[in-house]
Amino acid sequence: MKDSLAALSKDALFSLRDLAPIVVVIAVFQIFVIKQPVDGFLSLVFGGLLVVMGLAFFIFGLRLALFPIGENLAHALARKGSAAWLFTFAFVLGFGTTIAEPALLAVANEAAEVAVGAGVIGNTEADIENYALGLRLVVALSVGVALMLGVLRILTNWSLPVMIIGGYVLVVIITTIAPPDIVGIAYDSGGVTTSTVTVPLVTALGVGLASSLRGRNPMTDGFGLIAFASLTPILFVLLYGIARQWI
Amino acid sequence: MDLIRDSLFFVLDTAKDVAPIVIFLFAFQLFVIRERIPNFWQIVVGFVFVTIGLGLFLVGLEKTLFPLGRLMAQQLTNPDFLHEVSGRVGAALLWHDFHWVYLFAAAIGFSTTLAEPALMAVSIKANEVSAGAVGVWGLRVAVALGVGFGVALGCYRIITGLPLEYFIAAGYLVVIVQTTVAPKMIVPLAYDSGGVTTSTVTVPLITALGLGLAEAVPGRSPLLDGFGLVAFASLFPIISVLAYGQFAVLRGKI
Repeated sequence: MKDSLAALSKDALFSLRDLAPIVVVIAVFQIFVIKQPVDGFLSLVFGGLLVVMGLAFFIFGLRLALFPIGENLAHALARKGSAAWLFTFAFVLGFGTTIAEPALLAVANEAAEVAVGAGVIGNTEADIENYALGLRLVVALSVGVALMLGVLRILTNWSLPVMIIGGYVLVVIITTIAPPDIVGIAYDSGGVTTSTVTVPLVTALGVGLASSLRGRNPMTDGFGLIAFASLTPILFVLLYGIARQWI
Repeated sequence: MDLIRDSLFFVLDTAKDVAPIVIFLFAFQLFVIRERIPNFWQIVVGFVFVTIGLGLFLVGLEKTLFPLGRLMAQQLTNPDFLHEVSGRVGAALLWHDFHWVYLFAAAIGFSTTLAEPALMAVSIKANEVSAGAVGVWGLRVAVALGVGFGVALGCYRIITGLPLEYFIAAGYLVVIVQTTVAPKMIVPLAYDSGGVTTSTVTVPLITALGLGLAEAVPGRSPLLDGFGLVAFASLFPIISVLAYGQFAVLRGKI
């Protein structure tokens, strides 16, 4: 209990240090460039305290729960020796965490607005909802596939640079035939998929798997899952944009 | 009082997002692995901390950083402000009249990345797995430098209207060259760092900046040109982390 309290207060101190640069940047720009008064100074201070406390709690909980459970599951699945369950786990983790991702929801709605503006879909509520839902399904599917690919790579020891760079070459090629209104959204969707809760779990899964397989090194083989999760959404969304032209 | 009510609301909202993941993990453990979860109560307590922590973090951001950052992005791209700085208006504005925007983009990209919880998680793990060869702080600064540069360059692209894919293709060419010369152990981590940088803190702020810029520059549509900053912020950390690995070799650390 005493150790936990010490760890928690250390996390709080670190959070304070981590957030200091933001405060400095905002203060300098407000005072020297924008030169306009900021209202509600007191509520800013309270809000800042909440951010520090929240970050400390999150990091504390990360070590207690997210890392151990992710690694434990990876070890157990590796012991079980069933590749099918490993792929199932990777796919469901990717698909399930992405479909409910709030950042993706926001991007999908914005993308639907772009599509209306570009005249790709009609300006009715049903069209917009369909388009946004389709986009979310495509992105969630792509993240599920990404984690499966990442696990496959750890199992087979294929070259990560070849797969990732090859993927981006494919992205550049497909971009040339994709409708222009989808390109920006596709490129951005790679960045929004990996949320704060998913990243630690996925990292623990990769590192846990690589450390329980003989001949794999957790440092060189355990990372790279998130790289796939940033790549496949771009590909899948570009293809979604192309496919929509034909339907 | 409002703050307490809002905090409660955000924590409940986070719980709603985290619950399916927890249920899935526990169900998988129970029905597929068919083993008891080691340290069950520690994990339960950990999830409570993760949920409350993320909820408080989000409510704090929503009350402070997000409105302030959005307001600042608007003010820095406001035609009146740009006129005051450069003496030019509308179509006469040159790309370097936006110098405060570049500086703000770089500074806010750098500083918000340092506060990104997902990046902290990956750095802690990388430090542990590499037995200390990859520093928690060093990796985060490397990623933050990449994001800062990427966001500033992304703003330049919006202002000049150059095609997004040229920059992305050129960036990946640099990545290919670096991959062949950088130490092997840093490569997967570098590729991962592109994806983890852009989540809770960074995305809302740079999206606001992109949309503000696309509105302020004549001939740009917020809907078509406002996107793309996230892609820049995901690409350049790969380059900066690979460079971090190359420097570590030069300094004899790896």
